[in-house]
Amino acid sequence: MNLDDYSLLRAAEIAVGVRAGQVSADAVVKASFDRACDIGAGSDNLNIVLAAADEAGRAECESLTEKRNSGKDLGLLAGVPVVIKDNIASLGLPTTCGSKILEGYVSPFEATVVTRLRSHGAIVVAKTNMDEFAMGSSTENSAFGPTRNPVDVRCVPGGSSGGSAAAVAAGITPIALGSETGGSVRQPAAFCGVVGVKPTYGRVSRYGLVAFASSLDQIGVLGRTVDDAALGLEVIAGFDRLDSTSSDADVPIYRMSALGVPAPEARNPDTELLRIGRSAVPLPPPPDSKTLEGVVIGKPKEYFPDSLDASVRDVCERSLEKFREMGAVVRDISLARSPLAIPVYYIIAPAEASSNLARFDGVRYGLRVDSPLGLKGMYEETRSRGFGAEVTRRILLGTYVLSAGYYDAYYKKAQAVRRLIAEDFTAAFSSGVNAIFTPTTPTPAFHIGAISDPYEMYLNDIFTVTANLAGVPAMSVPIGRVRRLPVGGQIICAHFDEYTMFRVAYALEAALGAEAHQ
Amino acid sequence: MTTGRYEMVVGLEVHVQLKTRTKAFCGCSADFGAAPNVNTCPVCLALPGALPVLNEQAVKLATRAALGLGCTVNPVSIFARKNYFYPDLPKGYQISQFDQPLATGGSVAIGETENGAEVRIGITRVHMEEDAGKSIHDRYPGATAIDLNRSGVPLIEIVSEPDIRSAADAGAYLRTLKQILQYLDVSDVSMEEGSLRVDANISVRPPGQTKLGTKTEVKNMNSFSAVERALESEFARQAALVDSGGRVEQQTLLWDGEREVVRPSRSKEGSHDYRYFPEPDLRPLLLDAHWIALVRDELPELPDARRKRLVSDFALAPMEVEQLTTSPAIAEYFEAVARASGDAKASYNWVMGEVIAALRASGGGVDSFRVRPADLAQLLNLVRDGTISHTAGKRVFTRMVETGKPAAQIAADEGLLQVGDDAVIAGWVDEVLAEHPAEAARYLAGEKKLQGVLVGFVMRKSQGRADPKRVNQLLASRAG
Repeated sequence: MNLDDYSLLRAAEIAVGVRAGQVSADAVVKASFDRACDIGAGSDNLNIVLAAADEAGRAECESLTEKRNSGKDLGLLAGVPVVIKDNIASLGLPTTCGSKILEGYVSPFEATVVTRLRSHGAIVVAKTNMDEFAMGSSTENSAFGPTRNPVDVRCVPGGSSGGSAAAVAAGITPIALGSETGGSVRQPAAFCGVVGVKPTYGRVSRYGLVAFASSLDQIGVLGRTVDDAALGLEVIAGFDRLDSTSSDADVPIYRMSALGVPAPEARNPDTELLRIGRSAVPLPPPPDSKTLEGVVIGKPKEYFPDSLDASVRDVCERSLEKFREMGAVVRDISLARSPLAIPVYYIIAPAEASSNLARFDGVRYGLRVDSPLGLKGMYEETRSRGFGAEVTRRILLGTYVLSAGYYDAYYKKAQAVRRLIAEDFTAAFSSGVNAIFTPTTPTPAFHIGAISDPYEMYLNDIFTVTANLAGVPAMSVPIGRVRRLPVGGQIICAHFDEYTMFRVAYALEAALGAEAHQ
Repeated sequence: MTTGRYEMVVGLEVHVQLKTRTKAFCGCSADFGAAPNVNTCPVCLALPGALPVLNEQAVKLATRAALGLGCTVNPVSIFARKNYFYPDLPKGYQISQFDQPLATGGSVAIGETENGAEVRIGITRVHMEEDAGKSIHDRYPGATAIDLNRSGVPLIEIVSEPDIRSAADAGAYLRTLKQILQYLDVSDVSMEEGSLRVDANISVRPPGQTKLGTKTEVKNMNSFSAVERALESEFARQAALVDSGGRVEQQTLLWDGEREVVRPSRSKEGSHDYRYFPEPDLRPLLLDAHWIALVRDELPELPDARRKRLVSDFALAPMEVEQLTTSPAIAEYFEAVARASGDAKASYNWVMGEVIAALRASGGGVDSFRVRPADLAQLLNLVRDGTISHTAGKRVFTRMVETGKPAAQIAADEGLLQVGDDAVIAGWVDEVLAEHPAEAARYLAGEKKLQGVLVGFVMRKSQGRADPKRVNQLLASRAG
């Protein structure tokens, strides 16, 4: 393994190298920092990183070296640098959510996902920029300035996990954590040409994720390749007693899906499967006409409207053709209620946000702006100055839809339609469809400042919000370029069937090869 | 209550702190009295990213309370967020239950009408929620201090139907409720420590009218008698208002216990829109029938049932049973004494007399009382079989409280064993007759009513040890 190629290495390759002693964690982390400097990840350039680890990262490297010397297991991510979206609590680095109201706030506790990453030997090197409180689709809503897309610096990286997607696209780390409420991992992954996974609601603990809309929020993984995302999810997924909505369903070794075999029964640390998972880097066999034999791919007509950008459609059709060549059946399906998703989402998400963001009141932590008008004045000044325009808009919207007299007409009705949208997915999967394929976004990345109308911005999430509303897992993989900009293809599967989702993604990635970035 | 023209209509909302070791949604201690903000963590401080996890014991105690109040426990209940801004409410919302509460439809009997009909007050619902912190306005001049030790402590809210018709009934309802909750052992039910709080909804209407009048909510009462006085006061205010052609305005009022008046609250509550919606961080609370049945099976005997049983088992008067059952611990103590001694009447007299007085003097509880029921029963037996006199018995009891020694040993050590030996008693009688020649002469001449006086002298001389029965017989034989 050669660290000269650091930005092209998969996480699993790095971990194997570190575990085998071929390379030190220190050297890997240095390569990551060098890459960040070379690419200009700082606030004066791409503005990907809000805070970088220094001492903390070094201490983690040292502890890895000690562990290795005493013959201990270093974990699946030994020495792998990772970046974390700034709405996920981490010890030693601020957690600002891209907001003035939390500027400089350092959490006294750590998110479960961060603890799991660290316990598997990952080194947290930085916190990444994001739309304030994850509200946005371009990372332009950050109080600390927009992030630029490393593929084309005139463009947005997408959002709200724009910093994390850009970090992976720029080769700073092979794995990044992001968070999703309506597409905030998949959409930036598509815009930056990387892989982005939103797991099933409940698959990953939300403990330590600063809540935006609790019934939709889910921490996700961005990866340089499908394998990086699969490995990252394996490490962070699983039951957490600190999150009452987390599931205790077994976590399969997602990377096994690369081999095209059915999901192993259950995860057991003593099984042969885990031994394979730890020691080897599974490489998918070259795809052939049998790779996806027996797999039914649903193509929902609502996600391929007549108005869809013709070039985006063409790239999608190429992927669908690859599925067919690998033995899959592509079936036209309908998810009839999906077109209602945007209005439903923009009722439920702001409603929950208006309540979740009430804690930022200037009383206990974060910004406080005193006022001669007493308590009420302090609340008003603190929140008016602390929150940006989009966050304020959504708090007002959410407060309105929950108000007495409007609750039934908006929130309650939106929840009812949400159930209908979810039923469409359930019906599709129970009719024999194994995975659904759609474009991740209607268009590739747009220029910074190009979209100023909030509703037009909301339409960026039109193909992604449904998975959040239904709670099903979904991911975006690079499937080509349009006007030199990356386009993502979305794979959606049934609840807790990430394994099939990864199987399809591994196959598509292998089948497309270099075409994924052409 | 009516003032002739109006009837009082009252419903009470009672908040009760559940007796759990930890808070409702985190692992912090729920104890009262710690230094400010010591019992806090990311969850109850509402730090960004923290999530609630429901305390199973709180669910159990809430279910127990609901069953004890005769409610139906719902197989599905939903936690909801009650949103409002206040500095002692860290999340900006309180986790409560709204349209799908834990339990509904119970009732408690608070007594009987003059013609013997049972008076029952309906319980609309029992729901679970968490407490807020405490704002301290009078500690630091010009500033408000916040103590979040109480933030997240588990509560149940018990909402009554508007069935209460007088301040006295409100008091009776509260005392009954408190007693039931004590028996159920789900709460300390102490108004002083804030583990029981009462808000009252009150309106007036002409007798016979079924439609409810506009209500006001009265808060800030710190005792049951304050509730009664506040209701009287607010009833009079509303009645006078309607009398003078005015209209009652729906509002929240605070009871000012010093000036004995209600005054409008400073706005925190008012006509708030709490924007309730289901709490997305918690799953619906599903309680299966089997589990509810287990909790029901573990319910202790409740005051009503115990009163009926004590009347029939021990042939006590209803009034006596009423006194004994006020506190479950006293009732249990009594029963143990009565069973061990076989003398219910004496047990009642001793428990309600000496035991209560001793507890009051020491300020301790029955549980830590030195004289265990078996010890007291032994003392009662000594008195009954004449081994010691009743007077000596009281002295022995005092020494038992002080030393914890058994009654028989104290009686022997202090020479209090009753003397039944005629020779000794006769000696005392002779001495008394010699020392009081005038009374002796009149008595021996036939003035029988002097016998009591002379017996008293003998008893005093014997320091209470002489068997009074023998003293009487010996005196009578002298007068022969």
